[in-house]
Amino acid sequence: MGQTLEITLLNLRNLSSRLGSSSVIVVGIAGVVAVLVGLLSMAVGFEAALTSTSMENRAIVLRGGSNNELSSAISIEEFNILSGMAGIEAASAELYVVADVPKKATGKPANLIVRGMREEGFVVRPEVEIVAGRIFQPGKGELIAGIKAVDQFQGLDIGSKVDFRESGWTVVGHFQSQGSAYESEIWVDLAVAQANFRRGGSASSARVLLEDPHAVELLNATISEDPRMDVSLQTEAEFYAGQSASRAALINTFGYMVAVIMAVGAVFAALNTMYTAVSARTVEIATLRALGFGGLPVVVSVLIESLLLAALGGLLGGGLVYAIFDGYTASTLNSASFSQIAFDFAVTPELLQLGITWALLLGLVGGLFPAVRAARLPITTALRGE
Amino acid sequence: MAQLVECREVSKQYTRGKETLDVLSGINLSIEKGDFLALMGPSGSGKTTLLNLIGGLDHPSSGDIINGGANLNDLSGRALAKWRSENIGFVFQFYNLLPVLTAQRNVELPLLLTRLSRTQRQKNAATALEIVGLTDRARHRPGELSGGQQQRVAIARALVADPELLVCDEPTGDLDRDTADQILNLLELLNRDHGKTIIIVTHDPKAADHAKHVLYMDKGELLATTT
Ligand SMILES: Nc1ncnc2c1ncn2[C@@H]1O[C@H](COP(=O)(O)OP(=O)(O)OP(=O)(O)O)[C@@H](O)[C@H]1O
Ligand SMILES: [Mg+2]
Repeated sequence: MGQTLEITLLNLRNLSSRLGSSSVIVVGIAGVVAVLVGLLSMAVGFEAALTSTSMENRAIVLRGGSNNELSSAISIEEFNILSGMAGIEAASAELYVVADVPKKATGKPANLIVRGMREEGFVVRPEVEIVAGRIFQPGKGELIAGIKAVDQFQGLDIGSKVDFRESGWTVVGHFQSQGSAYESEIWVDLAVAQANFRRGGSASSARVLLEDPHAVELLNATISEDPRMDVSLQTEAEFYAGQSASRAALINTFGYMVAVIMAVGAVFAALNTMYTAVSARTVEIATLRALGFGGLPVVVSVLIESLLLAALGGLLGGGLVYAIFDGYTASTLNSASFSQIAFDFAVTPELLQLGITWALLLGLVGGLFPAVRAARLPITTALRGE
Repeated sequence: MAQLVECREVSKQYTRGKETLDVLSGINLSIEKGDFLALMGPSGSGKTTLLNLIGGLDHPSSGDIINGGANLNDLSGRALAKWRSENIGFVFQFYNLLPVLTAQRNVELPLLLTRLSRTQRQKNAATALEIVGLTDRARHRPGELSGGQQQRVAIARALVADPELLVCDEPTGDLDRDTADQILNLLELLNRDHGKTIIIVTHDPKAADHAKHVLYMDKGELLATTT
């Protein structure tokens, strides 16, 4: 143990004279960890944005067979029956349309979700909070914008006038909803929206608060037996999980793929650097062994050196991603609703831990072979320095 | 005088690919305690190989080496390493000091394998440096020392654990005449005043003036002995 410590300390003293070549390991592994953690934090953030939209006892009501709000439609009659059903605490009829509004970053129009609702829209979403200005007034061409929409789209400052779909609107407030996907939307009065977008009295969907979240099946059974109704209920959790699962899985797969490719490169860089570091010290190591130091301490000390460099790389990569990306807002086109959903990269402690684990694994692989080689080379051969 | 080293029918072969190279063939040799032996001969004759076998850095292909009462064929791995650290001091042509360590710390290195306390290690290293006359260079690193001074540090390192036998492979091979003479004088002093048994491999004819015996090797065999 004492031997190992002494040789390790010796190696580490040596390290300062090999800073240049050692930094190849650090930077290479930092790159792998940065890419891995960065891409995975995107997936985590995306999932979080969608799932945080959901509330335990809130359900979304769509036309039977429809799996997104854009292609769904519900009549007034259907909505009225629904809101009177037992087990439903509150119901909000909502119109869901997509508007073209220029993005701040590109100046090019992109899809922005416009949601028409009455007061009940806020009742079923208690998490929503006005952070500036006020709520739109019923019957007026006013809108409130989610804070992520404000960040991403042009002209959503309070007091601004926005034109889309052949109608003019005034921005009167900003809202947040605990990071959920709603923050990427703008909300208007239902009646005004129905008139401006020529939708008559129909809505796209409804949000309902359930007395008991487990009542969804029972309600669906009742609805299916009612000939006047062609709608179905889904808890929000289920709904958003369905929407996010494939995308998050895609980002995950892509993240691991890129990370693996880079990891292979980094392992070779680490191997090469450690081989060079060790072979430059072949005679030194052989001398130590001639003096009576053991082979195992040599292996362990080389391993410790490469693990240390790798850990440094892992911390650097993870730290960089954390500093740059954590909380960084990005947006993605939701293929189901053709709308932009903004989400925050979430560099979680778990991801950082994963990154460090990868780094250490790479360091282990990179250090093991050179270390074992150094320890197994016959002393007499090594002393010749060939 | 008591015998320290005995080689019995020692042979060594190296295999390079399909070729087998006979480097040593049937060496018989006896070295007494307190001897100062110079091993000479043309390049490639097997001097280093024999020295390494006696120093326990490698095993012969056949034959036995008895050193300090131990048959080295019975030792391997950690046991052999431990035996080396207690019985042999090595001096190399290119000093083989660790460049990051001061002279003092280089000399202390073999003592890390002992149970000596830190202060005792430092004391012993200082004594060894005093014997080779480098007390005032203790805090210097090898890069800040001349070749002769570096070899003195290496000799101090070989001495510090107080081994019976010093094996020196061309200790003056990289030094100029005057410096080489100083090193040879130092070795002679260690042999005479400190009772160290010394084997040196050398191409330097003047080494013979300092040694008690000279052995000549050629093509893996011992030729003649001069006294
Ligand atoms: N590890 C090895 N593998 C293969 N051949 C070796 C090895 N070590 C030594 N030899 C060969 O054994 C022979 C003797 O080598 P050795 O180093 O003992 O010679 P030497 O007498 O010390 O020569 P020099 O005076 O040049 O140092 C040489 O031909 C050398 O090439
Ligand atoms: Mg030689």
